[in-house]
Amino acid sequence: MMTKKPLFNRNLTQKLGFSLLTLMAAMTVIPIIVVVVYIIYAGGGAVNWEFLSGLPHDGMRQGGIMPAIVGTFYLTLGTAAFSVPIGIAAAVYLSEYAPDNWWTRLIRIAIINLSGIPSVVYGLFGLGLFVLFLKFGTSILSASLTLSIMTLPVIISTSEEALRSVPQSFRTVSISLGATRWQTIRRIVLPEALPGIITGVILGLERAAGETAPILFTGAAFFLPRLPHSIFDATMALPYHLFVISTQIPEMPFQIQYGTALVLIIFVLGMNIFATIIRSRARARRQW
Amino acid sequence: MNEKIVIENLSLQYDDGTESLRNISLGIPENAITVLFGPAGGGKSSLLRCLNRLNDLSEVKTMSGRIWLDGENILDPKTDVIRLRRKVGMVFARPVVLPMSIRSNITYGLEVMGEKRRSRLEEAVERSLIQAALWEEVKDRLNDPAIALSGGQQQRLCVARSLALEPEVILLDEPTSGLDPISTSKVEASLQEIKKNYSIILVPHSVQQAARTADFAAFFLQGELVEYAQGKTIFTAPTDKRTEDYVTGRFG
Repeated sequence: MMTKKPLFNRNLTQKLGFSLLTLMAAMTVIPIIVVVVYIIYAGGGAVNWEFLSGLPHDGMRQGGIMPAIVGTFYLTLGTAAFSVPIGIAAAVYLSEYAPDNWWTRLIRIAIINLSGIPSVVYGLFGLGLFVLFLKFGTSILSASLTLSIMTLPVIISTSEEALRSVPQSFRTVSISLGATRWQTIRRIVLPEALPGIITGVILGLERAAGETAPILFTGAAFFLPRLPHSIFDATMALPYHLFVISTQIPEMPFQIQYGTALVLIIFVLGMNIFATIIRSRARARRQW
Repeated sequence: MNEKIVIENLSLQYDDGTESLRNISLGIPENAITVLFGPAGGGKSSLLRCLNRLNDLSEVKTMSGRIWLDGENILDPKTDVIRLRRKVGMVFARPVVLPMSIRSNITYGLEVMGEKRRSRLEEAVERSLIQAALWEEVKDRLNDPAIALSGGQQQRLCVARSLALEPEVILLDEPTSGLDPISTSKVEASLQEIKKNYSIILVPHSVQQAARTADFAAFFLQGELVEYAQGKTIFTAPTDKRTEDYVTGRFG
């Protein structure tokens, strides 16, 4: 009996399928290339030393964006100061110590939900808690704390994953050699998980650096043509400055808008590339 | 014959109900190789992990009985497990070297106990590597990553790592299961050497290895101790039918 000839050639179907998959994958690359290329094209001309180091003047239509760059740098640093120690400690607790009970399940649910909260809600929360209730005012401190809460879930979950990926056998061996659990964590587990943790930290901070809504009510200044004096001072910041000059200022030169966007993207993409390099170098060196 | 360890009516069950021990009583002699053998799931590894309280890390449902080490009940909750694990070293089935240099793998155990004197650490590195028959092969590259060693060398490094702590008992859980015959014979030879100073408890990976190495042997079947005798006796004239079937290759 003859087998029935299939309607389509199987090889052809496979080729068609793979081409479609390749196309879909390529589509994720296209937007990032288009965005970056367009921003470089439209704003590249504005970026020069004066733009990076100068103060804004003429209602921000002229001059540089130095206070916003420095402000974003301060905010990122402030966010790191709070979220990194807390985030890593929480991840170590969850990965190494936490028993499986209702209490740790509650913590996990809280972390998952934190990452789902819209950023503007963080902004309002920061306004209520840090700015008004704790009387920190609209300041670098308030904004950093707000950004920290937003960043924590990212840092905790990536750090926990990095810690869990360290083989269990290392822990067993270390314990069997008479080490305590803490010695095992400090001498074996943390060093092995460090590249993964650093990657997570940078990805979290990168998100904080690019956010507008959380700092809108808590620390960002509309126009402050000087550097902040202390952590209780408000500051300009790149994302908020970009929002202001693109929507609030009439007759704003296009080039300055795109130049600002370019600086922000370089700041954030730079952190991202740095994280990627750390991760791939650690993978190459990994001894297991 | 001096009994180093006396196990009394030990029973153990895990949370998931898997491998367990049923009312085991056994005396482990000093300066000899005692072999625990039998088909998988018989409770050999579980018993080993009781002897240095590594089972503390597992989900144990019930555990009863006593284990006397030099007259001290190590299952007592008040036992200092860190001190116990220094006294009772362990080598695992797969050689797990820590992600550091050959030298650091050996000094790690001493360092976590607070030993800082370089001379002591260096002395321990050389002594334990010689005892584990690895010194000649690695003495010129102690700072290389341990992972670069071959499987057999890694396993002897694990033996050396235990020896560095100067334990009194060494537990070996199928230490040659992943090794080729030449590496296996090297590990076995070093065991014969070190048993002069230590009490060794070995879970072998085959009946042949059990017969080759055992001074004393205990046959485990599904959590039960079927027969315990001198190695010579158990592999030539076992008294229990089940032991005989197993050592003659009728099952397992």
